Amino acid sequence: MATLSDFPLLLLATLAKVVVVLVVLLTTIAYTVWLERKVVAHIQSRWGPYLVGPHGLLQPVADGLKFLFKEDIIPDQVDRLIFCLAPLLAFTLAFLSISVIPFGESVTLAGHTIPLQITDLNVGLLFILAVTSLGVYGVALAGWSSNSKFPLFGGLRSSAQLISYELTLGLAVVGVVMIAGSLSLREIVEQQHGLWNIFKQPLGFLLYFTAAIAETNRTPFDLPEAESELVGGYHTEYSSFKFAMFFMAEYANMVTVSCLATSLFFGGWLGPVFGPPIVRSLLPVVWFALKVLTFLFVYIWIRGTLPRFRYDQLMNFGWRFTLPLALLNVLGTSLIVAWRSA
Amino acid sequence: MVAPLFYIFAGLAIAAGLSVVLQRTPVYSALSLILVLCSLAVIYLLLGAEFLAVVQVIVYAGAIMVLFVFVIMLLNARAETPTDRSRFARWLGLPLLAAFLGEVLFVVLAHFADTPLSSGEAFDGGPRAVGELLFRNYVLPFEVTSILILVAIMGAVVLAKKQL
Repeated sequence: MATLSDFPLLLLATLAKVVVVLVVLLTTIAYTVWLERKVVAHIQSRWGPYLVGPHGLLQPVADGLKFLFKEDIIPDQVDRLIFCLAPLLAFTLAFLSISVIPFGESVTLAGHTIPLQITDLNVGLLFILAVTSLGVYGVALAGWSSNSKFPLFGGLRSSAQLISYELTLGLAVVGVVMIAGSLSLREIVEQQHGLWNIFKQPLGFLLYFTAAIAETNRTPFDLPEAESELVGGYHTEYSSFKFAMFFMAEYANMVTVSCLATSLFFGGWLGPVFGPPIVRSLLPVVWFALKVLTFLFVYIWIRGTLPRFRYDQLMNFGWRFTLPLALLNVLGTSLIVAWRSA
Repeated sequence: MVAPLFYIFAGLAIAAGLSVVLQRTPVYSALSLILVLCSLAVIYLLLGAEFLAVVQVIVYAGAIMVLFVFVIMLLNARAETPTDRSRFARWLGLPLLAAFLGEVLFVVLAHFADTPLSSGEAFDGGPRAVGELLFRNYVLPFEVTSILILVAIMGAVVLAKKQL
């Protein structure tokens, strides 16, 4: 256990972890955008970005600079305070939930064991659900404060959609929590040493991933920003860096959802470990990153393949199909857990 | 470490609470209420009740207040136009408020004056402890509450649906 003399070192280690995680997350976001443009292009028999750097690899840098140098327009009739607050809120909340994700076991540095995770809350999973449930305000307030009809519709759709699918999302992970007997993500990962949870909770995983796609406003659930009906949805009136913040928040949420799917259902950092000590301590992080990348690819793959839902289909699907299934999954899992422990 | 944090977030809760009442625009009131709920969650955290704090954010700030904001947006309510205020409220409002606050203050000072701000490390407010209390010591109130909520849901469905 940590004592008071360890405090400066602990603080330093935590700060270092925060910086590293932020840098890695921002880079991942930038290159997920690149990957998305590339993969969708190849699905549609195009090349995608090719000119900036080899295979367009420097495209994210060009995009970022472009966002920074564009004129930041605040329309005349908007509610200025909330209009500026909304992108900040979306951005901050999207980055907050990554803080409880465990990336690997732990490294020993100068006699101190440092877990590869910013903080291990004993209610870590609930913390992520809480932060995700607050994320809706960014979108809803952006739509409202723009004082324009298409963003308002986008904001309204998004609030309705997020409330509906949050229930499925929460219930889908209850099965995993019951099997692990803990809400701490680290304990949930460690409990999967023998068998990954995907084999124990296949239905739970499908429901989680479906609800997660809806929660992150991605195709086929991207009605809040359906460009064919709503121009651009909730961020129609936003430009320059404020738009970039919404954009980054969406991709940060995708990364968080993928990290959570990996930790809950695919054994997190667990995987075959071999070789010399340095490789041995780094391999778990590599496994974790590979699993997360696979999920990001699946996300993009789905976007390139499926058409968008109609709004009534979305609501019916959420309330009449996924929610009852999630309840059934909770019931079945609790019966099995109770039968096993009896 | 606990005392300054307590005063910061208690002050924030009070300021945001005042702002709920004083704001003219409904959305600003709703946002202030969210701030109140989140500051209360921090105070629960300081007391060691992690589960309660997170659930407070999920249920109140993340679900109920989203519905509030949703309805305000749906009605597209902008700044309120002040109506003729009732004479009753003008003469009795402040004295009644003062009497109520005085009463609360008196009870708190009389009975809880030396309660510590934090219950320290010994208190376990984690999910397991809360669950054990709920399902061992307080099963009956818990189940009665859930039936009450079920009845309320059914009532809402009956009221909202014209034909069943």
